[in-house]
Amino acid sequence: MLLAILGGALIGLSASLYWSLNGRIAGISGILSGALSSFGQDRLGRLAFLLGLVAAGIGFARFTDRVPAPTLPLVPLAIAGLFVGFGTRMSGGCTSGHGVCGLSRLSLRSLVAVLTFMLTAAITVFVVRHLLKLSGPA
Amino acid sequence: MKALLTALGCGLLFGVGLCVSGMTNPLNIIAFLDVGGRWSPNLAGVMLGAIAVHFGWLRWSAERKQTSHDSILAPSRRPIDGRLVGGSALFGIGWGVSGYCPGPAIVALGSGAVGALVFVMAMAAGMKLSEGVQWTIERSSKPSLSRR
Repeated sequence: MLLAILGGALIGLSASLYWSLNGRIAGISGILSGALSSFGQDRLGRLAFLLGLVAAGIGFARFTDRVPAPTLPLVPLAIAGLFVGFGTRMSGGCTSGHGVCGLSRLSLRSLVAVLTFMLTAAITVFVVRHLLKLSGPA
Repeated sequence: MKALLTALGCGLLFGVGLCVSGMTNPLNIIAFLDVGGRWSPNLAGVMLGAIAVHFGWLRWSAERKQTSHDSILAPSRRPIDGRLVGGSALFGIGWGVSGYCPGPAIVALGSGAVGALVFVMAMAAGMKLSEGVQWTIERSSKPSLSRR
């Protein structure tokens, strides 16, 4: 739990610095969609942020067991990816944009978003694990 | 150039935070979401740590009036509508199936695993699809635009 809070604090520090130094919200879905859009503002900056994320993943995957390869088969992974991309773009944020940044700004919209995706995610896990008796990503 | 370096550094720090907190392992996400199983509160700890720091920082920088970009790039005051709730609901389903939200999925690319690449590419396609649908809806709801 201590590592969870410490890691969270680093995420909060990153979001704070990105806001103060670059004037931007550290919402990963927004950064990704902006980097993919040919007319997006600050496309290079967003790509640099994404590169930093991947670099952290390379380092931790190389020297620790904290970044395991996905164990779910490719087809359900792809379907889940479609849902995550479609949904975050539709609602304008994900766990970082609505969760970390939005809640820190006391945004009611973000609170509604977070409660909604937590609820449907918990229901989905319940259906997959306890009703369909599939192990899920295990 | 400076903005690129700070963006790179912020991304790196964000990624390190995700790895340290254990959120890059889908099992830890599922353990939080699985209220009917062996529940783990770790994701709540991550959110708590992140929000405590960011909330404090925003308060502190507002007091010091270091908010030159506040008015321009602060999130717009859009309504709480079906788009917000529906999109969040769909995101939650994908998150619950895979244990990946966008940040950890991109960090997982660093593992070099095919599955991570497939997930991120599908996620990017989903974003494009969502933008396309939204564009079509907006165009059809404004007849003056669709005539052009």
